[in-house]
Amino acid sequence: MSADLHALDVLYRDAILDHNKKPRNFRTLDGGRQAEGYNPLCGDRLTVFLRVHDGVIEDAAFQGFGCAIAKASASLMTESVKGKTVLEAERLFERFQNMITAPDEVSDVDLGVLSALAGVRRFPVRVKCATLPWETLRAAAAARDEIVSTE
Amino acid sequence: MSTGSPVSARDVALDAAVIRQDFPLLRQRVRGKPLVYLDNAATTQKPQTVIDRVVRYYAEENANVHRGVHWLSERATDAYEDARAAAGRFLNAGDSREIVFVRGTTEAINLVASTYGRAHVSRGDEVVISTLEHHSNIVPWQILCDAQGARLRVIPISDTGEIDLEAYATLLNDRTRIVSVVHVSNALGTINPVEEIVRLAHRRGIPVLVDGAQAAAHMRIDVQTLGCDFYALSGHKMFGPTGIGVLYATSALLSTMPPYQGGGDMISSVTFERTLYKPPPHRFEAGTPHIAGAVGLAAAIEYLTAIGWERAALHERELLEYASRALSQVPGLRVIGTAKKKAGILSFVLDGVHPHDVGTILDREGVAIRTGHHCCQPLMDRLGVPATARASMAIYNTHEDVDALEAALRTVWKVFG
Repeated sequence: MSADLHALDVLYRDAILDHNKKPRNFRTLDGGRQAEGYNPLCGDRLTVFLRVHDGVIEDAAFQGFGCAIAKASASLMTESVKGKTVLEAERLFERFQNMITAPDEVSDVDLGVLSALAGVRRFPVRVKCATLPWETLRAAAAARDEIVSTE
Repeated sequence: MSTGSPVSARDVALDAAVIRQDFPLLRQRVRGKPLVYLDNAATTQKPQTVIDRVVRYYAEENANVHRGVHWLSERATDAYEDARAAAGRFLNAGDSREIVFVRGTTEAINLVASTYGRAHVSRGDEVVISTLEHHSNIVPWQILCDAQGARLRVIPISDTGEIDLEAYATLLNDRTRIVSVVHVSNALGTINPVEEIVRLAHRRGIPVLVDGAQAAAHMRIDVQTLGCDFYALSGHKMFGPTGIGVLYATSALLSTMPPYQGGGDMISSVTFERTLYKPPPHRFEAGTPHIAGAVGLAAAIEYLTAIGWERAALHERELLEYASRALSQVPGLRVIGTAKKKAGILSFVLDGVHPHDVGTILDREGVAIRTGHHCCQPLMDRLGVPATARASMAIYNTHEDVDALEAALRTVWKVFG
């Protein structure tokens, strides 16, 4: 296999393709907080829903459409933040962002399922796709009523 | 091919593989693969003659125009004004004074909206555009309408991406002050029936602006045959430099229009009490213009003219047909925009794969296309797609380019299948 197809394999790992095809927590959530994320250049648009009690994210979900990276990132994000405090989710986002923007490969064992997106690092124009759900989650957690964009 | 009798260059089919040799950038390889450049609707590559002309201008002729008494300034002024004459001939304008140099199509439209528009559009008036428009032919009119209390009316299109002429005719009324439509849709490739659009507007005495950004590299443009009042184009989309474009406007309209920007070069005399403006076109060219850009554009016009429109059009039509056939072989691919008259642009979506993912995978195969909304968000909304992938062709594209595109699209299914 050529080096380029290998790079594609690093980006579109099986876990990513699986989450793209069958996104987890792909539903709405009533009575909680929500925010909308929209990257008009790509056409990625999603809504992130959160139920937060005493600073703890009890449930997280999302709806919308987007590229495989945005959808898989949203799906993996909802899985990883459940049960965490908003502050812990913020820290997780920082580490996640670090992983996908680092000049060299970094391994962060604490990132768990999110490591599936490590390949984004080699596709700088796709970073905004991976971070859109997270920035939207941040807005939802802060109950900011605005449309978030990472473009 | 030998016919036994002498043939003129115009009779000989265009050999894109030979044309390609004129474009140094196309010789590059991307990640070890030959570059397949199919993003010509975004910008075209430049032939060596254009690059050389810009270099020669800076190496031998650079000076400011219209003001120096010295030899060099005279040379630069001549080169700049010769470029204006070349642009006038290119569009078949009646007079080169009907050619205003601008930064590009966007600035040309903004110029008309903020000069002609502010002078003639008032509260309750209407401006007509179409659903096919690029943001650059929407937003300047929105700004104008907001400022003047006027209303923006939009001509609907069919599902195939063609303007609804009957609906257009009913949109025109006593309050319509200007119609502004695209000649060739950058997102779908639709060639609009501009002559008919102009005829209907002129019956009511309404002027028409034509956004020719996508048309200029693909067809002979004759503003007198089209009958339009304004025609806008960008140099970089027709093998010329970036940052230079042309606004054609009839002398009758230009002479009544107030200035666009104020500054040097557009005045004949200035006192603190009163300024007298130059006549068109210089009234609309404040400040030192993009002289190198203008002479580069003239070189691009010369290049295109030497190739010949008949050959270029024939090549492009054949390539579009070849590409349409090739893409129809790709599973799950749906072409967006199937107008009867189209330029070499193929917009498409792949079932269940976002265009952005398509673009990333194609890029890895050395194939450059555009993905996204193509600065036509209202059009994407109308067609019910968030984005498309778009392959746009030029005179230097070959069957091999199309084959590479098709093969790369099959790679998408290897990843997403």
